[in-house]
Amino acid sequence: MNAEVLQVRNLRVRYYTTRGAVKAVEGVTFSLYQGEKLGLVGESGSGKSTIALALMRMIKAPGRIEGGQVLLGGMDLLKLSEEQMRLARLARIALIPQGAMNSLNPVMRVKHQIADAIFAHDGSISGRDADLRIAELMDWVGLRKEVPNMYPHELSGGMKQRVCIAMGICLKPQVVLADEPTSALDVVVQRQVMDTLESVQAQLGAAVILVGHDMGVMAQFVDRIAVMYAGTLMEVGPIEQVFEEPLHPYTQLLIATLPSLEAKSAFRGIPGIPASLLDPPTGCTFHPRCPRAEGICRTDVPASRELRPGRWVACHLQNGGRK
Amino acid sequence: MTALLEARGVSKTFNAGGFFSKKQLVALDNASLVIDADRPSITAIAGESGSGKTTLARLILGIIQPSAGQMLYKGKELDKMDGAERRSFRREVQAIFQDPFEVYNPFYKVDHTLVLSVEKFGLAKSRAEARDLIENALRTVGLRPEETLGRYPHQLSGGQRQRVMVARAFLLKPRVIVADEPVSMVDASLRATILESLLKLNQELGVSLVYITHDLTTAYQLSGSILMLYQGSVVEVGDVERVIKDPQHPYTRLLVGSIPLPNPKLRRSGDKLRVTLDEVSANLSEGCRFADRCPYVTAICRESSPRLYLTEPRRATACYLFKDSPTATSEEVSRASA
Amino acid sequence: MGIASSAARPRNSSAADESILGRFLNYCRRNPQLVAGLGMILALVLFWLVGSLLVDTASARPLAAMPDQEPSWEYPLGTDTAGRNILAAMIVGTPLTLKIGLIAATIGLSIGIILGFTAGYFGGRVDTIIRGVADSILPIPALAVLVVIASVIKQALTSEIMALIVASLAWMWPTRTIRSQVLTMRERAYVEVARLCGLSGPEIVVRELVPNLLPYLAASFVSATGSAILAAIGLEALGLGPQNEPTMGMTIFWANYYGAIIRGMWWWWGPPIVIIVFLFVGLFLISAGLDEVANPRLRRSV
Repeated sequence: MNAEVLQVRNLRVRYYTTRGAVKAVEGVTFSLYQGEKLGLVGESGSGKSTIALALMRMIKAPGRIEGGQVLLGGMDLLKLSEEQMRLARLARIALIPQGAMNSLNPVMRVKHQIADAIFAHDGSISGRDADLRIAELMDWVGLRKEVPNMYPHELSGGMKQRVCIAMGICLKPQVVLADEPTSALDVVVQRQVMDTLESVQAQLGAAVILVGHDMGVMAQFVDRIAVMYAGTLMEVGPIEQVFEEPLHPYTQLLIATLPSLEAKSAFRGIPGIPASLLDPPTGCTFHPRCPRAEGICRTDVPASRELRPGRWVACHLQNGGRK
Repeated sequence: MTALLEARGVSKTFNAGGFFSKKQLVALDNASLVIDADRPSITAIAGESGSGKTTLARLILGIIQPSAGQMLYKGKELDKMDGAERRSFRREVQAIFQDPFEVYNPFYKVDHTLVLSVEKFGLAKSRAEARDLIENALRTVGLRPEETLGRYPHQLSGGQRQRVMVARAFLLKPRVIVADEPVSMVDASLRATILESLLKLNQELGVSLVYITHDLTTAYQLSGSILMLYQGSVVEVGDVERVIKDPQHPYTRLLVGSIPLPNPKLRRSGDKLRVTLDEVSANLSEGCRFADRCPYVTAICRESSPRLYLTEPRRATACYLFKDSPTATSEEVSRASA
Repeated sequence: MGIASSAARPRNSSAADESILGRFLNYCRRNPQLVAGLGMILALVLFWLVGSLLVDTASARPLAAMPDQEPSWEYPLGTDTAGRNILAAMIVGTPLTLKIGLIAATIGLSIGIILGFTAGYFGGRVDTIIRGVADSILPIPALAVLVVIASVIKQALTSEIMALIVASLAWMWPTRTIRSQVLTMRERAYVEVARLCGLSGPEIVVRELVPNLLPYLAASFVSATGSAILAAIGLEALGLGPQNEPTMGMTIFWANYYGAIIRGMWWWWGPPIVIIVFLFVGLFLISAGLDEVANPRLRRSV
């Protein structure tokens, strides 16, 4: 196994609202290895985007990181000063946020927006060098050399997203977080963007965390997958193994309910609605929707155990290695 | 086959550019579609954004008028209907939209849109009867009235909101429901329940559906026939099993090949259909719109736009690869879409 | 389906705590500016109401007392050269000034709402006409027009007529801004759904659009009131106001006319200024507080 480049230990994030504390992330632990693609999959409101923001220390009030460690190359990001974290952002760990392509500055040319990021970290770099770097980035993401001089509205959705990827990697970070990079895009463009992400990662030798809700996209892109539900990780493991033999009931349902192109079949959904993070169910947060829940599931929070090498599951039914 | 709803060669052109410019944008070019009155059907209209599928939806719903061609309901053109016919059309052809949040007026609880429908179409004679109708409609789509009514839109999940909209459309007991990307803004795991309720409306209550989407997988699972749109033109139409399993038009092939398969063992490794240019300029030339991206492009493709060729009894494709097949007549195209 | 799914019901809010009153009170707690502003205006209203009970309002008229007296126990704010009890004059004049502002704002905004919604929703020729008229009148300097009108009417001026004069030039800006708001709202998906539900155009305007604009209209009303009062004070300070009513502006006019500043009669020119400042700070705080409501809010997600 490759070296661990990012270790998240027992991360907890809460949002304090007028109606109470929302437990967005409750004790999440996982590792990211050199050069791998980790998928973080979950429904809306599961807390996956919050994890991405927390890793970047971009959680704003009323949210607060309550505890845990985020070790990037041995350095705990949560203990850095504001200035140190600012320098680490983009240079060592980068985020391509959800809806990034709609957040490009409409009155600035693409190259100035990328240059902004570069200069913010290294004011001493010359304009010429910045231009060279931008040209190199365009090449990496497969955009034409005229693109840096264009405005965002002149680009298609897929091209804008690739500009955002270029911005994200402009300082060659070790870790890239991509939050739903293809959600508003059509299937063809989606594929292009994912291919771009893959080739960029190979060039950089970086590790990628892909946050999303579509298991189909995950199946095609990631090496390992982490399944989130209501703020906790339910299952983590290599993608092929998880698909072939999902151990957690939630994962099983997620995979079973994927529509297929093989043959027509009845639509199957996951019954119930995603758990409220403000007032989560007691014990295992998934128990109200779980087809196999038992008494203990209602009372005790299941701990995450490594049932097989590299496969972690948080489920009472799995204790003792039983299926 | 009597036609309930029919689009006969409809086109829609918009004025692009400013006040003085004559630039035109052809959003939809010569599209035909038929919904059979005799049996309930599910027709999918598939394409990327900018393909004209939303324009076609709005033409079907009578929100906009065609620039060319005719839009007919029960044989009568939409803009020639009188008040009573219009009312009846409004009631019998309903819609569900894409954004489950924007469709609600944030000022009111979700009850408002349900109550309004009952009120405006005179579906109930008393408050109690109205309440019953609404609760019944909610249960039909798998929602519990006590958990849904009395809440504001932001208090429900995206999936719930969309299902309330399905319930609203169902309340009016329509003959046709046009669903414009009803699940694309809903989480993948919640899509099945919404699609299931739509399917139920079709199978148990005989409502015909027009399902507009860019997701071919759900189109395959839900519909009987499919119409593929590319930049405003119909490129392929026919039975969904045939079109998806054996796509003929190069664009359909590209789409089907790009769908992320839910099986990590079947990773797509670079296949033959590579897209050559990723953005296409506003196409004002005479030729086939897909020519710039097509791996099979020939000289004739750039000279003139191919017509729809009837490649199977109920299937038509607009591509010169099939020029040996007979040109499809509009009745044959309509039959292919039904 | 496993354990009873009643546990899956969202328990984070009940229908009760989302009532309009509940939301309003909750909002006030989070918006101190709004509360402070409302408080200040309320203080002025109380000044008028309580004051009228404690002080003889008849003494606000000229020749009610010995002129030019300094503040004393009998006349806490002294008297002016015409013999008015200044404290009484303030108590009588404050509601008059407020009244002018409120009447002018109400009329101006009502016209603005009707014209703005009509132009914005129905578009076409109606829109072109309304917009054309409003745009033509807008650039005309209002004070100049008002001066002309007021000097023609002169003696017959009462505070109600002042209000009408100011209102005549107060409707254009609301018309324009409301029209813009309606233009954006018109394309919203819920308007299309309302059409599908069978609502007609005017019904959509009244039932769907107006409620959503209420916060914006409230903010507009406050700023219209402020501008109307300012225009009225401007006219009055030039002497073009109701001669026999002790409004704030008229008091300043008379104080200036009789050279109160040079004569060091601070108890004459001081109080109206204090009240005007208090009034405008209050209005400003309300509009600052409402600002946050008038801007479209981001969707909340957890």
